[in-house]
Amino acid sequence: MIKQQAHTIFEPWLNPTEKPIIQFKNVTKRFGDYTAIENLSLDIYSKEFFALLGPSGCGKTTLMRLLAGFEAPSEGKIILDNIDIVNVPPNMREVNMMFQSYALFPHLNVYDNIAFGLRRSTMNKADIPDRVEEMLRLTQLVPLAKRKPHQISGGQRQRVALARSLAKAPKLLLLDEPLGALDKKLRHETQFELMDIQEKTGTTFVIVTHDQEEAMTVASRVAVMDEGKIVQVATPDRIYETPNSIYVADFIGDVNFIKGKSQILEDNKILVNWAEGQQPIIGTSEDRIDNGADITFAIRPEKVTISFEEPLDIANVFKGKILDIAYLGNISTYHLELPTGQNFKAQATNTHRIERRTYTWNDEVWLSWTDTAGVILSE
Amino acid sequence: MNLSRKLLILVPYSWLVVLFLIPFGIVLKISLSDIALSIPPYTPKLEIFSSSAEWLQYFMALDLENFIFLSEDRLYYVAYLSSLKIASISTLITLLIGYPIAYGMAKSPEHWRPTLIMMVILPFWTSFLIRIYAWMGLLSNEGLLNQFLIWTGIIDGPLIILNTNWAVYIGIVYAYLPFMILPIYASLEKMDVSLVEAAEDLGCSATSAFWLITAPLSKPGIIAGCFLVFIPALGEFVIPSLLGGSDTMMIGKVLWEEFFSNRDWPVASSVAIILLLLLIIPIILFQRNEHKQREVER
Repeated sequence: MIKQQAHTIFEPWLNPTEKPIIQFKNVTKRFGDYTAIENLSLDIYSKEFFALLGPSGCGKTTLMRLLAGFEAPSEGKIILDNIDIVNVPPNMREVNMMFQSYALFPHLNVYDNIAFGLRRSTMNKADIPDRVEEMLRLTQLVPLAKRKPHQISGGQRQRVALARSLAKAPKLLLLDEPLGALDKKLRHETQFELMDIQEKTGTTFVIVTHDQEEAMTVASRVAVMDEGKIVQVATPDRIYETPNSIYVADFIGDVNFIKGKSQILEDNKILVNWAEGQQPIIGTSEDRIDNGADITFAIRPEKVTISFEEPLDIANVFKGKILDIAYLGNISTYHLELPTGQNFKAQATNTHRIERRTYTWNDEVWLSWTDTAGVILSE
Repeated sequence: MNLSRKLLILVPYSWLVVLFLIPFGIVLKISLSDIALSIPPYTPKLEIFSSSAEWLQYFMALDLENFIFLSEDRLYYVAYLSSLKIASISTLITLLIGYPIAYGMAKSPEHWRPTLIMMVILPFWTSFLIRIYAWMGLLSNEGLLNQFLIWTGIIDGPLIILNTNWAVYIGIVYAYLPFMILPIYASLEKMDVSLVEAAEDLGCSATSAFWLITAPLSKPGIIAGCFLVFIPALGEFVIPSLLGGSDTMMIGKVLWEEFFSNRDWPVASSVAIILLLLLIIPIILFQRNEHKQREVER
């Protein structure tokens, strides 16, 4: 609950006087002929939990390695706290990284792993034990301090890696697929733990992930990447509700796409003429769209309502036939066929037990959604 | 345990019994006997099918005389010590040369590695003896090395290397280098690259990351390599007798001379028994290290 409030207030990217802690300025990274990052500019603000999301090979790991200092950009500047860090070696950067493999030193115990960075720093020798203890308490590892990495579980190793990378109180913590090796249940628990720790320490986190659900859960803002470029940077809800492209809409969650031609009405309302002899879809768009342009109407399955009776007083009503039902426990996804033969998905919560399910295969049903339920993409 | 598993275990055990334990028993028996002018040249002898009285008489005749003799003659003591010294120094040199080679191989691009391993193994395709003979040609006063050094003008007259301990060191280091490189390479190659990156990320320079992370993690490879070089080098016979001089004292050479020149089988056998005891200590240490390593990996 408290978390929710903090999130609504914490929006430094909307404040023009706020200075970003990290700035990528026209950064390009090439490996031989291959361009991993192409002319990328990005601002990340202090105390943010920033997620880089994309399929493998999209350049998100390269971006993180540029921040850590393991790679140098071919062109452009990377600014951390007003200083260009391009020529600063990784051991001199106030940036720490949590590796995907955790990279725990197998010959050192948990305590020595966490103390490793502190012992290489300018910190007073006498203060090190206190700091390590603090980290052990933060990550609930106190009883395991004397164990070697191979003597603890995967989840515990993940926490050691986190404690070790946080011990030096870096300005920026990089997390490379931090939960990738954990099973699903543990991953969900750890996501909340991560958010909790991020909030307690006030460190700026940059997380790399290919798991959209994970990015949506933990991040204050998400950058969706594709082929070395950032496609959209926004809060998780904006990314989900108002994707700026078919790529983003398709990458995050489930979606129905309907191609058509635009017809502008007043009040941001737009008609999508999508099929001969079918009534047009009514949608809205905040962006300027030309009359008669090629557009794609995108709508999430859960925004579509299914009913036997024809609904009244709703902007969009269409007929559909149920082809298939995917029962997921809490919800069901209905695969439908529109009168034009197009496939369409709708989702409904299973408020009744399955033996009392209302809809079944080959039922003719009505599909309806409001004029603001979908997004109109102009690309 | 079922029968097939028992049979399976029987294979290595019978191998050990037939090819190690029984020969060892024979050598031990001879070491406790006395020299004699007969064929075979020792006494007492025992027929397998003897009466119990004969057995008793036989055991009464065995004694530790040869071992006492070994402990009294300084020659053997010096030979053992000199063998230990040559084997230890050679092992150290092999490590100093082998580690950088193994490190370079492990850090090389992946598609190069099979070729590099092949190049390390390639010398084994030629007979060991021929390779040592080749060194005689290289190191002799008129050999290629001296010819080259004189041609470049670094030296005026030939360096005397062949038939000195220098040649023995060169020979042992050359012959056993692959045994050092391969285990160290294996331990470095399976090391996660991100460990060194993590060390640098946490404030280590490249040098300190090597000493704090890479070196300790390659320790099992270093230990395995050192034993693989030290153990055969200690009993080495061919290299000191072909490359070494008359003053090169190595126990393998002494053993050969006792056996073939003096025909003193009992003393030769006791020399061999003591050498074996000397080797058993490092072998036990080696096995314990392997065992510990396996536990860590599990």
